[in-house]
Amino acid sequence: MSAVSMPAPPVDLTPGRPALLADSGTLIWRGLARWRRDPGALIASLGFNTLIVLMFAYLFGGALQVPGGGSYREFLMPGMFVMTMVFGISLTTVAVAEDLERGVTDRLRSMPVSPLAPLAARAVADMLFAAVTLGVLLLTGLAIGWRAHGGGGATMAAVGLILLLRFALIWVGIFLGLVARGQTAVVAVQTLEFPLGFLSNAFVAPSTMPAWLGAVAAWNPLSATVGATRELFGNPGWGGDSWAAQHYPLLAVLWPLVLVAVFLPLSVARYRRLAG
Amino acid sequence: MTRADAIVAQGLRKRYRDRYALDGFDLRVPRGTVCGLLGPNGAGKTTSVRILSTLLRLDEGRAEVAGFDVTRQPDQVRYRIGLVGQHPALDEALSGRQNLVLFGRLFHLGRRRAHQRAVELLERFGLADAAEQPVSTYSGGMRRRLDLAAGMILAPAVLFLDEPTTGLDPRGRNEVWESVRELVRTGATVLLTTQQLDEADQLADRISVVEAGRVIAEGTPDDLKTRLGGDRIEVVVAEPTDLAAAVTQIRRAADDEPTVDVDRRMVSVRVGHQAGALVDVLRALDAVNVPVADVALRRPTLDDVFLHLTGHRAATAEVAA
Repeated sequence: MSAVSMPAPPVDLTPGRPALLADSGTLIWRGLARWRRDPGALIASLGFNTLIVLMFAYLFGGALQVPGGGSYREFLMPGMFVMTMVFGISLTTVAVAEDLERGVTDRLRSMPVSPLAPLAARAVADMLFAAVTLGVLLLTGLAIGWRAHGGGGATMAAVGLILLLRFALIWVGIFLGLVARGQTAVVAVQTLEFPLGFLSNAFVAPSTMPAWLGAVAAWNPLSATVGATRELFGNPGWGGDSWAAQHYPLLAVLWPLVLVAVFLPLSVARYRRLAG
Repeated sequence: MTRADAIVAQGLRKRYRDRYALDGFDLRVPRGTVCGLLGPNGAGKTTSVRILSTLLRLDEGRAEVAGFDVTRQPDQVRYRIGLVGQHPALDEALSGRQNLVLFGRLFHLGRRRAHQRAVELLERFGLADAAEQPVSTYSGGMRRRLDLAAGMILAPAVLFLDEPTTGLDPRGRNEVWESVRELVRTGATVLLTTQQLDEADQLADRISVVEAGRVIAEGTPDDLKTRLGGDRIEVVVAEPTDLAAAVTQIRRAADDEPTVDVDRRMVSVRVGHQAGALVDVLRALDAVNVPVADVALRRPTLDDVFLHLTGHRAATAEVAA
């Protein structure tokens, strides 16, 4: 073994905004390097989403009545886009919980790393993954006959709303990963995904549900995004008389902002409270 | 504090709900030495390491590491410490080299320097051949060495090792011990927690015995053993009928009350540091024609020290906790 060289600490030891950006960049690189190392999980996830779309399109498609008599696949896809955003949260939660459990988080906290960088990097890396996921799904939709009829601006706005929802849900996922631990966290999130996903207007009209359930479904943040993107894409939807159903575009912006406003500070506070 | 102390802790207290994990914890570790924190589970070893490595806030007291206050200047401390916890804190999906580059860049070494440092450390810890393999394919010993390497990226002034060989086989344990000795040769100060007495004996210059959140005894391993009253002579007589005669002779020769283990036909006695005591005892037995089957001069082990100080054995304490 050779003698070890001893680099002195950098001269400037004041952490600030540059450290947050640099450290986040390094940790985003970590996230991308993981996918390059192990693309299997990524491909499996993308493949699963495509499979679900095909199943709904060809297997259940015939059994469902499209409101207003439009194309079933055009009706289907906005719900699929949004559902996929919801079912991706568990990946975020698992990653956060795993770093905590393996001591990686403690290692980072014992280093001169900006305290916001690990969470910020997680959010950005997972947003990149969400963008790829959504891209693949948009292509799948186009391949089976789904079209956006609202023009370029409306289409961009719809994609933006879908990603905005995911961004909000990522912070929910981060918070849950910090609170619950290990396998508990995964079960907690998956338990949450199903009611959140299906108790919405994605596949079933809230007006056909018992009144109280229909109200919950109409006010579900997912329903707002699904309803708003159906309008923006010019795809067929349920409509509805409730105030929520009348204001889906507004709610599709408000809901994610509220979720971020609640769960981002909660996550940061929780991360800081790891110091007891 | 004097600049000669790399770690100073004064009156540390940390409360979890209604229980004090640390309750007046004092510690001084001179620069360039290895201090072993020895104690059962729940004694406060890990809590003290987490406070000193800035992971946990202290409720009361004062702590300085490498000359900086852990509460007021945590980032100065963080540039000067390495932390190796009970389980390797690594990204399993990344290669060994990628892990070291990742942590090097988070220490703000810059891209080129981080890569250089990774290569140096992989070489030094005997991981060059596995550098490109994902950590998930590493053996337990290899993971620990990579974890140590990650704790050594800035060649820290103070290295914290929290039970660094937990769950390793003897070979992996020896690998880690060798690496730690190597680090100490470069001038690092090491604070090591362990439940294994032989590990403390092997690595530590000084030992602090921790119980119920405070240091209850402190000294070199030899100091602590000597405090028990020095060496013991153990004589096994050939015939059980000779036991009584042997006790009489040994009591006179060693000038202390022997203890008798009838089943093993063994008489043992404390002899302090009289070099001639062994010869005196054997002569006295020979004089009355008591044949001796076996004889041994034994230093107390740290296990004896631990038993004496805490009232229980380290191993049983571990099971009970």
